[in-house]
Amino acid sequence: MNVPTSDLLAGLAGGLIIGAATSFMLLFSGRIAGVSGIIGGLLPATRGDIDWRAMFLIGLLVGGVILRFIYPAAFPTTIDASPMTLVGAGLLVGFGTRMGNGCTSGHGVCGIGRMSRRSLVATMTFLFSGMITVYITHHLLGASV
Amino acid sequence: MNHRSIAFITGLIFAVGLGISGMTQPTKVIGFLDVTGAWDPSLVMVMGGAVVVYFLVFNVIVRRRDKPIVGERFGIPSRRDIDPRLLGGAVLFGAGWGLGGFCPGPALTSAATGMSSVLIFVAAMLAGMGLHSTYQKLRSRA
Repeated sequence: MNVPTSDLLAGLAGGLIIGAATSFMLLFSGRIAGVSGIIGGLLPATRGDIDWRAMFLIGLLVGGVILRFIYPAAFPTTIDASPMTLVGAGLLVGFGTRMGNGCTSGHGVCGIGRMSRRSLVATMTFLFSGMITVYITHHLLGASV
Repeated sequence: MNHRSIAFITGLIFAVGLGISGMTQPTKVIGFLDVTGAWDPSLVMVMGGAVVVYFLVFNVIVRRRDKPIVGERFGIPSRRDIDPRLLGGAVLFGAGWGLGGFCPGPALTSAATGMSSVLIFVAAMLAGMGLHSTYQKLRSRA
């Protein structure tokens, strides 16, 4: 454990902003700002329920573009994982978040923020599963896959 | 304001928060999950900060209202059961998260970089979501 304080503060600042964004959607629209749920609801899309989901997605992308200008260090310059690993990871994340009704935002922030037992259990489970996976790939297999 | 602009603003602020927090750095995410190695605790601060804000807004403001500022009702999940799908889905998601270092929000935000690795991940993630819808449809028919 050797992390500069600035990273911890950046984490906290980013967390507070994420909390503000998800709370904003709840208070104004009455909806849960869970990324996998909002995007998954477009696959397949239901008539009359497309526009706000698409606008959320566009917001994320525009936010990404803004970051590129104001804080390019937010993004890595290279990604170590091989294309095969990324395909496997993406399939697992896509299928798993839909099957488990949520991801880091829906369960981890909105669910835990409401003290939902389901979300607490789901978050503990995906954190544990992620930790086991990293243990296997980085310690048992000995390299970044 | 309508639901479209609220969703856009939410996505935009969300993405900026993700970028500042370090969640858009797969190596940082994997460092956070690497509890037996050089553990990086900074993402605890991300989830902690976000949960505290949401908890306060939910309990102090939302609970005292009978409807949101725009729209007729709060669409708050009411399920309380812990079923195998919840657990199985979380296990699969966690495995993919640990493997690639991306969860859905940061992946979509990072798609703005146009990096091929990110686009491959996002395409696979959307395919995984579509696959789940197909699987659901087949299951409900069976």
